[in-house]
Amino acid sequence: MYVAVKGGERAIQASLALLEKWRRGDKDLPEIAAAQLVSQMGIAVDRVMAEGSLLDPELAALALLQAQGDVLEAVFLLRAFRACLPRLVRSQPLNTNSMTVARRISACFKDIPGGQLLGPSADYSQRILHNQIHSRPVLPTPSEQGISAGQPLARVTDILAAEGLLFSPEEQAQGPHDITRDPLNFPAPRSARLQALSRADEGFALSMAYATQRGYGDTHPFVGEIRAGWVPICVRLCDIDASVTDESEVAIGEIFLTECEMLTQFTVQLTQTEQAPPAFTSGYGLAPGRCERKAMSMALLDRSLRAVELGEPVTAPSQDQEFVLAHADNVEASGFVQHLKLPHHVDFQSELSMVKNLRDIAHRKAPNQDERSE
Amino acid sequence: MNPAQLEPPFAYLDSQTKRMIRRALLKAVAIPGHQVPFASREMPLPYGWGTGGIQVTASIIGPQDVLKVIDQGADDTTNAVNIRSFFQRTTGVATTTHTEEASIIQTRHRIPETPLRAGQTMVFQVPIPEPLRWIEPRAQEARRMHALRDYGPMQVKLYEDIAQHGEIATSYDYPVMVNRTYLMSPSPIPKFDNPKLHRSPALMLFGAGREKRVYALPPYTDVKSLDFDDVPFRIEQWNEACAICGATDHYLDELITDNKGTRAFVCSDTDACAKRQQS
Repeated sequence: MYVAVKGGERAIQASLALLEKWRRGDKDLPEIAAAQLVSQMGIAVDRVMAEGSLLDPELAALALLQAQGDVLEAVFLLRAFRACLPRLVRSQPLNTNSMTVARRISACFKDIPGGQLLGPSADYSQRILHNQIHSRPVLPTPSEQGISAGQPLARVTDILAAEGLLFSPEEQAQGPHDITRDPLNFPAPRSARLQALSRADEGFALSMAYATQRGYGDTHPFVGEIRAGWVPICVRLCDIDASVTDESEVAIGEIFLTECEMLTQFTVQLTQTEQAPPAFTSGYGLAPGRCERKAMSMALLDRSLRAVELGEPVTAPSQDQEFVLAHADNVEASGFVQHLKLPHHVDFQSELSMVKNLRDIAHRKAPNQDERSE
Repeated sequence: MNPAQLEPPFAYLDSQTKRMIRRALLKAVAIPGHQVPFASREMPLPYGWGTGGIQVTASIIGPQDVLKVIDQGADDTTNAVNIRSFFQRTTGVATTTHTEEASIIQTRHRIPETPLRAGQTMVFQVPIPEPLRWIEPRAQEARRMHALRDYGPMQVKLYEDIAQHGEIATSYDYPVMVNRTYLMSPSPIPKFDNPKLHRSPALMLFGAGREKRVYALPPYTDVKSLDFDDVPFRIEQWNEACAICGATDHYLDELITDNKGTRAFVCSDTDACAKRQQS
């Protein structure tokens, strides 16, 4: 007779032991230190921080190591970790005009005030795998002189806006929505959409953005500007301690960000003002770390999701808030897809009973048709 | 930041978060069957593994509680073992496999066979809290339908099942009306368990972590499974009895016991099965 399977606890322990053995790999090789990842695999660390919504390179690197390089699993580890951190203070809005840029380009103008600055980029490299150290190309000694000293750089969109060539939406009266404190509800305000996109899965954002370029909600985009660099984070002491009356801002550190503004197709049919002359519209992308692909995808999607605001027909998935935002989070998506691995035998049993029952009904209706299976 | 500095608080979540969830639960109890949004947190178990139920349990559990965790009716399935060990680790509360002894029972996909009593709390893990999801995938539109009690399309779907198959073809997550007001998903329990929701003396709490919703059935709430006057609601029935305890009134899992496809039937509720064996 069948004896129900027991011992789930021991099986789990044994499975974890095996996982740890496979994670550690060949013990003749030295274990990778988290600091090495931070230093030499910074873009992977940046992605884990961006999608994990926690700025801590050391912890992100630890998560990557624990997850054997599985980026989504590392993101999940970081999210679960941040879930029990207290919220101490809300910073002042970051001002990316004051960014110390490591890179700044525009595809719309040959030259822009402050100049084009390639910075560290593989864009104009030949993608040849350097399979041996000596096959690496000989390069000049890098200088960091290209990096701006932190003087404010006007944004391309600001320049266009000053000429009235860019449609500027009305300022929102209330402060930004925070989807980690108030769940996303639809229709979502733009600040909630931007936050959701900023920590969206890079692959999902990329493919949805790509679809807009292939005609599913095209927006005729141009890269107005991409800039990446360090921005100071400021807080007001009175926001931390209620007994302090001083409202002046104090810089508590800086954060490396990548920002992208897409200039997109112009609009004449604005809902608010009938008389508005044609002007460009824009989409905005911003995420922590070096994440140009993500920031560009986000800017394209932000613009697509403004379809309703700009009076455009919603025809493509990329223009549909619920389609994009409800499926963009990889911690949610990965968990729910993989939960199908959990036992479902009770539900399957009721489906099994149901199918047999329906077959009986069908058989009674047409007894001859099913004879060969009897 | 040094991870060693950050020992998680009692039941993992910080007290602010637990208070926020309890507030949502109070609202849910006040409006039976209505889905209340809450700011779900990422738990150390994946979404889809019961994060909604875990957050509900974490926000109501106290040091005096006795916790039972089941998955598919059983205390010893891997996910139940894992969730139980999570709460043992983060709360140190007593755990049990006996339904009568538990003050909180967290469950995935079953309600115990042993009748519940007043003072007990059931916590359901819910994947899709919206009963209208398969009829209307848009949350905005579904919310409007609830507001107007526009539940005709659900009855039409059930009618189409009868027209096509001769019977309502929904076997689990079978929709119910709560207090004749709100249409509610009972979570993916088999419809066999639906009658146990009706006027239960226990408090029933439902948590959907990924979908960020909680809802509730206060004790003794009217819960009716949808049906038609001429096609009444019916639960699953087996011609067999449990191969271990001989029960004929328990939900049975079908097992394939050899390569020839021989079948055996055993109770899904391991605690009720063991109790019947002893008596």
